[in-house]
Amino acid sequence: MNDSILTLILLAPLAGAVLIALVLAILPNRGKLPAWIALLTSLVTFGLTLHLPAHFAHGQPGFQFEFNLPWIDIPPISYHVGVDGLSLWLVVLVALLAPAGIVASWNSINERRELFYLLFLVQQTAMLGVFISLDLMLFYGFWELSLVPMAILIAMYGRKDGPKAATKFFLFTFIPSAPLLVAILWLYAKTGTFNFADLQYAIATGIVPAAPLFWVALAFLFAFAVKVPVFPLHGWLADTFNEAPVAMAMVVAGKLGLYAMLRFHVGLFPSQARHIAPILVALAVIGILYGACLALVQRDFWRFLAFAALSHLSLIVLGIYGLTFTGWDGAIYQILNHELIDAALFILFGALELRYLTSQIAAYGGLAARIPQTATLFVIASLAMIGLPMLNSFIGEFLILSSTFTGVSRGWAITATLGVILSAAYMLWLVQRLFYGPQSQLAASKPPADLRFGELAILWPFAVLMLVMGLAPSLWINTIENRTGPPAPPRQVQCCSFLTIPSQGPGSTTKEAQQ
Amino acid sequence: MNPGDLLRILPEVILTLTGVLIMLIDASLPAAFPRRSLGWVAAVGATVAIWASLWQLSLPVGTGFYGTVETSPFTVFFHVLICGIVLVALLLALDTLPEDSHHQGEYYALVVFGAVGMCLLTSAVELLVVFIALEISSISTYVLAGYRKHTGRGPEAAIKYFLLGSFATAFLLYGIALIFGATGTTQVYEIAHALAAVPNVPNLPLILASLALMLVGILFKVSAAPFHVWTPDVYEGAPSPVVALMSTAPKAAAFALLLRVVYEMFPTLRSIWSPMLWVVAVLSMTVGNLAALRQQNVKRMLAYSSIAHAGYLLAALAASASDGIAAASFYAAAYAAMNVGIFAVVTVVSGYDEKLPLIQDFRGLIYRSPLLGGLLIFFLVSLVGIPFTGGFFGKFYSFSAAVSGGAIWLAIIGLLNSGLAAAYYLHLAFTAAQRPTEPSANPPRSPQVGIAVAAALLFAVAATLVLGIIPGAVLNASQRGAHTLQPLPTAQTAPPVTLTVQPAP
Repeated sequence: MNDSILTLILLAPLAGAVLIALVLAILPNRGKLPAWIALLTSLVTFGLTLHLPAHFAHGQPGFQFEFNLPWIDIPPISYHVGVDGLSLWLVVLVALLAPAGIVASWNSINERRELFYLLFLVQQTAMLGVFISLDLMLFYGFWELSLVPMAILIAMYGRKDGPKAATKFFLFTFIPSAPLLVAILWLYAKTGTFNFADLQYAIATGIVPAAPLFWVALAFLFAFAVKVPVFPLHGWLADTFNEAPVAMAMVVAGKLGLYAMLRFHVGLFPSQARHIAPILVALAVIGILYGACLALVQRDFWRFLAFAALSHLSLIVLGIYGLTFTGWDGAIYQILNHELIDAALFILFGALELRYLTSQIAAYGGLAARIPQTATLFVIASLAMIGLPMLNSFIGEFLILSSTFTGVSRGWAITATLGVILSAAYMLWLVQRLFYGPQSQLAASKPPADLRFGELAILWPFAVLMLVMGLAPSLWINTIENRTGPPAPPRQVQCCSFLTIPSQGPGSTTKEAQQ
Repeated sequence: MNPGDLLRILPEVILTLTGVLIMLIDASLPAAFPRRSLGWVAAVGATVAIWASLWQLSLPVGTGFYGTVETSPFTVFFHVLICGIVLVALLLALDTLPEDSHHQGEYYALVVFGAVGMCLLTSAVELLVVFIALEISSISTYVLAGYRKHTGRGPEAAIKYFLLGSFATAFLLYGIALIFGATGTTQVYEIAHALAAVPNVPNLPLILASLALMLVGILFKVSAAPFHVWTPDVYEGAPSPVVALMSTAPKAAAFALLLRVVYEMFPTLRSIWSPMLWVVAVLSMTVGNLAALRQQNVKRMLAYSSIAHAGYLLAALAASASDGIAAASFYAAAYAAMNVGIFAVVTVVSGYDEKLPLIQDFRGLIYRSPLLGGLLIFFLVSLVGIPFTGGFFGKFYSFSAAVSGGAIWLAIIGLLNSGLAAAYYLHLAFTAAQRPTEPSANPPRSPQVGIAVAAALLFAVAATLVLGIIPGAVLNASQRGAHTLQPLPTAQTAPPVTLTVQPAP
């Protein structure tokens, strides 16, 4: 079970997608059936991912639940998956957000439901694959694959000009991944392997020439920074949030890029990361303040959310490139927190837009009296986002900022803390404009329609989770601290030309080294 | 000739018999009788030819008919590829050619005869046979390009293609004549032997001129820039099922010929042809992609995209023989799978009469027909080169080969180009995914997918996925082919005795 669990997790959404395709072929009129299949699939997937924390061996170094199967001979790409403390909770998080996304789409996606849910589940597979891949080419494959369903769905369900936003999103991520591919191939040419642990060892021991490594590391960083996004590369974010269907927008930013930074940039190129860290710290602090200031002045709540996300994601980048252990703990924990809170806010905004048919903040006002449940949950999510003590974000932000203060630079830490204050300002002001004050024409014109059962069934557990994660962070952080230790001893490290069969079978020795 | 020689051209024999049979049945049927079933005869012939090609693997590698035709894993690879394309193109035509057409019989016969030429082109090791094979395949394609006689564009495409094509074939023939003048032979291995002593070979200027002329002729056939100008007009005028065929099968055959010429015949002149092909590859990618960006017509856009893909394939030729041939062969297969697929979708969507030729006409396709819209996007994604599709590994192996051959810049230019290409592929993909405009007075009919077309699409999807997920088998086959296509193999085919160099007339 421990060997195959990750494969099962990966294949479960894909199986759901195939099932939807089959149903589509057999039944002509299927109503909400695809949505039910997708919901069921995502719940099963989530159940499967819970196996991971339950059977995770604390204190054991290296990757767990590992599975390695040679896949393609030339070049030697293997289907090599595994998780450690860094990726374990992210896998659970992806699986948890899936039912949330489906609930958010339940009533808002009414055309071509089967295609929507089919692509949604393929997207799930791609994202899960990114987090569990331990082979660089496999990782690259899932990384690229995750673009496709997302872009198609943005094009299909865009609010105004879907194709334009989809193209922007796709090219922003696709073009930097060309240098990424070149960098991966360069590493392969020097080491003869795509295996993460082998590469980590080869780089740490100086088998790979150091001078070009700077550019290789930069190519990795660039591809990941666009995906996060880091400050000057955020051009796609607002348009994508504005156009993408809610279920897609809530997963598009943040975790993929941040995880990749930790695993494949800081984890693979520690000394190169140290060189470039000061620049990233500066960009992150700029991003925190820039995002916060722009969030203050947005008129549309999707764009508001985009810039708020930019600000909060930049804080996580700060935690990563502070290069302190506490900062990394905080950063990983904050990825979980941020995605959870963002998902809750997305569902709430989506619910508002579905009921009032506008995303203009100015059109709202005084809703609290008419839809109290929405208002309550919105306030909880907002407070969590601000970083109120006892709620989850507080822990993550505190770890990041305190580690920056002690480990990096007091000046940057103090400047970044300004962002937290600004965050309180824009969030609370938004709550005030949407839910309090005089009732707007729009609010009065529509019949009060509070959250439905499905939305409540997702949002209340999320709210409880925010509280638990704020009160007992050690439940999570204990696992998070169990990251991969020093590079493992080498396995086969050989050079070979592309397209020629290596003298010995690839991946044949990988299993022994783990034992 | 000994009877065993016939086995060396077994697929060609089968295809020829099929073609003759179709013509005879066509002539003897009453005029009003529908000819559609002849297409099934042709499809069966193509399937049998595939089996015959695979069976040829059990023959020892060698030549027949006095050293003019070769059988080797290399020729089998391309035979199977070409016959596979022809099969899919036939299935596609079965459902999309108009029912009342009286020329259907001719159509199927021409496709099959064209296949004979293409197959022969890949296995010929004698330049005169090469020329004859090229003519067989070209003449069939010229006629097919003008198959829609009632429109103005059909004959225009055919005449344009014919004039430029004959011009290019003349170049090739002239090249053959010059190399014969310089070395006294037209047998590929013998020429290679004669050139083994480069640069101390007599008549070197003649040989160089011959190389250049032959390359021009072949590069025209693969529509590489700057010999590409015919491509968009011909693709636009020819019926879509024909374009599905002619954008892949004759090109695959011409690429096989190119590999044979540069790696087997002129390996010693590598320092000459390698820079030439470098320039042609870069030009093809860049010109093709830049021009495709501005197209509004789907078929013209795909025509320019095929020029760019010729460039990606040529990038592989920067590598050494074994890497280059394997990568190029793999690319030819991957490109064929996705390109036949996308033309199949375009054929079904816009119909034989092409009422919907523009990119904008594809808007909302996925809402009208999720299957066709999804397939269109799938093939476009493969053309972009996203992992888990054939397009990715095609580009991957091609650029890896270029890098291993030392052509780093070629690989970088190629990667930048594929970023550029993503823009226009995505434009079409996202337009097809976009919500349709408000229902107009006459909504476009929902395209129907028949059994034959469904089978054709299934083949194309399966091939694209297999090449993207488990490329190992095809890559092994292409590598086996590469090993048989090395310069100066066994001496049995080319006894040095025949090395009688004659002075140029």
